[in-house]
Amino acid sequence: MTATIGAAGGTGAAFGRAGRLLPWAVLVVVAAVALGWPMLAGEQAADFGRALRAPGAGTLLGTDHSGYDLGVRTAEGLRISLLIALACAVLATVLGVVVGVASVTAGGWVDAVVMRVVDGVNALPHLVVGVVIAAMWRGEPVAIIASIALTHWPAVARVVRAELLEARTAGWVEAARLAGASRTFIATRHLGPAVGGQVLVAMTVLLPHAVWHETTLSFLGVGLSPDEASLGTLLGQARGDVLTGAWWTLVVPGAALMVTALACAAAASSLRRASAPPAGEVWR
Amino acid sequence: MTTQLAPNTQSPGEEVAAQCCSSDPGSVPRRTRGRRVVGLLGRRLLMMIPTVVLVSLGVFAVAAASPFDPLTEHLGDDYQSATASQREAVTQAHGLDGHWFGAWWRWWGDVFSGDAGWSSTQSRPVTDVIVDRLPFTLGMSLLALLFATVIAIVVGALTGMRRGGLLDRVCTGVAAMLAATPPFVVSLVLVSVFAVGLGWLPAAGARRPGDAYTVAGLFTHGVLPCLALTISMIPWLLLTMRAAVVDAAASEAVRGARARGIGGWALLRGHVVPVSVLPTLALLGTRLPELVAGAAIVESVFGWPGLAEALVDSAVALDFSLLAPLAVGSAVLVLIGSAVSDAAAVWIDPRIGLRA
Repeated sequence: MTATIGAAGGTGAAFGRAGRLLPWAVLVVVAAVALGWPMLAGEQAADFGRALRAPGAGTLLGTDHSGYDLGVRTAEGLRISLLIALACAVLATVLGVVVGVASVTAGGWVDAVVMRVVDGVNALPHLVVGVVIAAMWRGEPVAIIASIALTHWPAVARVVRAELLEARTAGWVEAARLAGASRTFIATRHLGPAVGGQVLVAMTVLLPHAVWHETTLSFLGVGLSPDEASLGTLLGQARGDVLTGAWWTLVVPGAALMVTALACAAAASSLRRASAPPAGEVWR
Repeated sequence: MTTQLAPNTQSPGEEVAAQCCSSDPGSVPRRTRGRRVVGLLGRRLLMMIPTVVLVSLGVFAVAAASPFDPLTEHLGDDYQSATASQREAVTQAHGLDGHWFGAWWRWWGDVFSGDAGWSSTQSRPVTDVIVDRLPFTLGMSLLALLFATVIAIVVGALTGMRRGGLLDRVCTGVAAMLAATPPFVVSLVLVSVFAVGLGWLPAAGARRPGDAYTVAGLFTHGVLPCLALTISMIPWLLLTMRAAVVDAAASEAVRGARARGIGGWALLRGHVVPVSVLPTLALLGTRLPELVAGAAIVESVFGWPGLAEALVDSAVALDFSLLAPLAVGSAVLVLIGSAVSDAAAVWIDPRIGLRA
């Protein structure tokens, strides 16, 4: 995950000022394709007579081994993968925020115990946890979402805790307190916005990571059932089809996956830069 | 190595990962550090016991809460046709009607008496499966880790010292692309190019069907999975290494050395490597989860007969007797990795104070 963050920083810097909007534009296009293409194409039917056709005549991006149009199938897969990833990212973020805020509010030994739990969950091999949980509840999207969200909230909790601890003792919060501001006022006007930016960044970083997890689980055969199109199940089918020389079954969903992941990582990086305080930091 | 190195260009907006947070420059003598390392390892080993207990409890609790029926494991294909009395007999024989906590307790008893059960997917005792497959996983993973580390050190040092140069931009861009590509896509690309397209190397397995394992056979079959695993680990390793080198190159010590006219190889070896490359190498152990995930994916794509492939297979076929020890074992491996890593960091880097 950290690798993706650093990498996106590099690419964002390489693109310069215009690069700041580019990832968002790409994400909008990806979402539009994922939602729009299956709708325009209408109901699809398997047609084994036109299985594994190369891109070109008749089908824009070729067909898969059941004769589905691969472009439409990839767009459907993108939609499911993005929806699951979004659910994971939101759930993990909510869990992380709740735990982080509770930990700071309670303080003392509760805080110490919570941080130990955070370290413990972080130390587990996340993919193995996902494989065990998803294998037991085979083909259940809820199990996939839970297995990813339950292993990834600690990162958010740690960020929220660190930001809150720092903001609580900042000069501008102290000034507000001395001026007689109520606790609710400080929480909603000062602490919330201070943490909000970082939370948004953490969620954007989680999104491509959750896509990675879901596609991997589905690819390994413990995720969604193979007849449901997700980027993972499509690539799982490509595993057999590339051996017959059908390279497009790998290239089309693989490219969709890479574009989405790169755009998310770059978007997270530009969000982080936007939410970072200006260089002077005179109020600290 | 060239003698001229680019000055540190602080391009705005480029984030630099903070490697070490201790500001106290007071160096701790090596003997004290040695005692600290031993103490740290001892504490971590003690902490490992409750963690392993909790993880194994978690695995059994998840299995009990899920719709998964342990009878399927013992009946296999006969699950559909078995009569109620047959089911009852199997349930009684394996003590499956009790609480999952009892099953967990018995499992640990069996493990300590050296009998970890029967694997239904491999049709062999679980201990045999683990002993036979462990060398394949260790060999593949360690080799890939070694290759990735060497590449990351060389490229990371080159790009970090010439930050913003052509090589830096190309390498960072490539690393970003690779970071966005899951290992199974990399593996499939390698298969379709080198095995299907060019026909140079075999697509799967570790020997020709029917043959015995040979050194040459293991080599030709292992090239592609090893390459895929190496590629999957390069991005984070390279970017962490580069960030550490960038940090070190911007430090006052390096600026001072430059002012004294030291440059090139001497500067790199004397002032940059000790504070960037070595501490980053100590971090290797904390990234074992990535290695485990990569091995699981790569081994199952290439049919490499290692433990990670067995883990995925046992999960797909719900072979719980094999899945449980492998899942717990991978957690233990990761814990050991992070403990050794922290100990190495304390040993190597006198700036790191001990918190825990």
